[in-house]
Amino acid sequence: MSRVLVGVKRVIDYAVKIRVKPDHSGVVTDGVKHSMNPFCEIAVEEAVKLKEKKFIKEVVAVSCGPTQVTETIRTALAMGCDRGIHVEVSGKDYEAMGPLQISKIFAALAKKEEASLVILGKQAIDDDCNQTGQMTAALLDWPQGTFASEVTIDGEKVKVVREIDGGLETIKISMPAVLTADLRLNTPRYATLPNIMKAKKKKIANMKPADLGVDEPPTRLAGVKVETVDDLVAKLKANGTI
Amino acid sequence: MWIKVHLPHSKWRQNLTIPDQLYAGACVINVCPPLPCQFGKDSTEAWVTDLQHCKLQLLIMALRSAVCRLLVNPQRCAIISASRSQGSAAPAQKAKVQFNWRDGLELEGQLTEDEIMIRDSFRDYCQDKLMPRILMANRNEVFHRDIVSEMGELGVLGPTIKGYGCAGTSYVAYGLIAREVERVDSGYRSVMSVQSSLVMHPIYAYGTEEQKEKWLPRLARGEILGCFGLTEPNHGSDLSGMETRAKFNPSSRTFTLTGSKTWITNSPVADIAVVWAKCDDGKVSGFILERGMKGFTTPKIEGKFSLRASATGMIIMDEVEVPEENLLPKVSGMGGPFGCMNNARYGIAWGSLGAAEFCFHAARQYTLDRIQFGVPLARNQLMQKKMADMLTEITIGLQACLQLGRLIDAKKAAPEMISMLKRNSCVKSLDIARQARDMLGGNGISDEYHVIRHVMNLETVNTYEGTHDIHALILGRAITGLQSFTVNT
Repeated sequence: MSRVLVGVKRVIDYAVKIRVKPDHSGVVTDGVKHSMNPFCEIAVEEAVKLKEKKFIKEVVAVSCGPTQVTETIRTALAMGCDRGIHVEVSGKDYEAMGPLQISKIFAALAKKEEASLVILGKQAIDDDCNQTGQMTAALLDWPQGTFASEVTIDGEKVKVVREIDGGLETIKISMPAVLTADLRLNTPRYATLPNIMKAKKKKIANMKPADLGVDEPPTRLAGVKVETVDDLVAKLKANGTI
Repeated sequence: MWIKVHLPHSKWRQNLTIPDQLYAGACVINVCPPLPCQFGKDSTEAWVTDLQHCKLQLLIMALRSAVCRLLVNPQRCAIISASRSQGSAAPAQKAKVQFNWRDGLELEGQLTEDEIMIRDSFRDYCQDKLMPRILMANRNEVFHRDIVSEMGELGVLGPTIKGYGCAGTSYVAYGLIAREVERVDSGYRSVMSVQSSLVMHPIYAYGTEEQKEKWLPRLARGEILGCFGLTEPNHGSDLSGMETRAKFNPSSRTFTLTGSKTWITNSPVADIAVVWAKCDDGKVSGFILERGMKGFTTPKIEGKFSLRASATGMIIMDEVEVPEENLLPKVSGMGGPFGCMNNARYGIAWGSLGAAEFCFHAARQYTLDRIQFGVPLARNQLMQKKMADMLTEITIGLQACLQLGRLIDAKKAAPEMISMLKRNSCVKSLDIARQARDMLGGNGISDEYHVIRHVMNLETVNTYEGTHDIHALILGRAITGLQSFTVNT
């Protein structure tokens, strides 16, 4: 019946003291402890819970990045996902990659895998973009339930209680849909030993963004600093943005 | 000896730089001759020390990838010639490896992916769920039975057993588990060790298929709690002299057990007990006693100042009728209990180092934070010497435990190896805990800082499962061929 795609991101562990590289080109990542983004853990937990309640048949964990992200996929498998997909992006491409490319990849995979739900964390703790879920939904033209603190499946619809600035909002959206997990959605389980041992046998498929028809991320151009607000408005008018 | 290197395409890495001395002298390479070139001594040669013996990574900074491709010589894929460096300037720069005081000899790189995942997952559980409970549990001498069920859910009980609802991990993983839980408290680790090595293991190793099916899954889930009855009030180190007797009754096909056991972890709240008694033939056998059997009582030992978070008591057997089905048939003689104890001792060798690590880290943090005479305590040489000693013993101890674990997994371990490491880990950990307590000064005696609790606990850990001296005799016998346990011969 249904398949759920869960996105997991490998980020620097929340407890690590971040240090800036001496050449100021970024933060030190070599030898630093990495783990699954906490909101992605909550997303995985929700997907596995839905499978345990028999609303869905299969949970597929997806991650984009260099070889090390397979560790994160294995953790997702140890938490109960059935199989993994590793979309390989490394080196400069990985550093330039942002939510837009990720959402293109997820959109393509959601169509390829015929997923009924795509569940992501609401944001990653390294870039705090809070964009991937929303962009994925837009690219797929699917409804979205973001900042979910409660998810209930009701036939062909999903009831989502969202945490918004004013309080809680309840919406009912039809599937297929994209959900993003917020903090209070659930408490992720500890990976049990038997599941960690079983995760070894689960499959992780390997592919490149090109296989999904997603092209390379564009090279990032340098920005321009202006002195005043008027300058800014003039520049934006000049290049046709406004 | 310096070797001229051609970097084969397959080994080319993006982050390659030349040794500093040459780089300073070399101009930036911006000419691409048609032939593949090497870094010459003047500007383009790259010299490295003998790659066999030194982990050298060539790093090339500021060289564009086009230039790097110059180094790639697709025809040759190996280090070509070794020639002596003629110049006096020998390039000495290597990639700087940062010393990690938390993991002095990079144990992390010696573990498999599974072992790392198991350790990380269980460490999170211990820090999140066990650490908050331990202060009050220890202060008020309360045993939280729930932790057994929680650990059962995580699958860490009897982890090395294959089948019967157990995870079937390596012995190294078992050691890592013990280390994480003892980092919180030795009492909790004792509970885990008893259940895994002293109750589940004998049933698995010496029991019938029916017994395994009946008991192991429930023990693995933590549904039932077991205890191990071997030590007696008058026979601690001298186990073969035990006074508990098991008389066989042919008419009812039962055994009648009479005797007492003491210092039994879990006994006041245990559902079953694996008890060792001397049978009619003078040989020791193991029996499974169940709560509710007539004559089987388990009084609690009061006034205990160690392992307070775990329940310890006696096992009193007053003519307890035990059915034949509860005898563990596959072993007879002292080999049975010793086999179990070796299993537990291995876990203790890893575990006590976990407690030592906690004390070391606590002492480090405390001495960094506390200012006396205008400087942190950690600025003082006496403090640094103590921490250096702690770091060394823990690091070396862990390496030994890892090797032992790998040997056990390969079925190449002798009991004396386990004795050696249990003895070493326990005595070193006890010393580290005491030093740490001293470094914490007055605050060191408050249980809020936790170190004093480890000091108290490690006294027991050093004593049980074979005292320091007894293990010395085991090793002495192996070294000399002469036993010195008894005076008679």
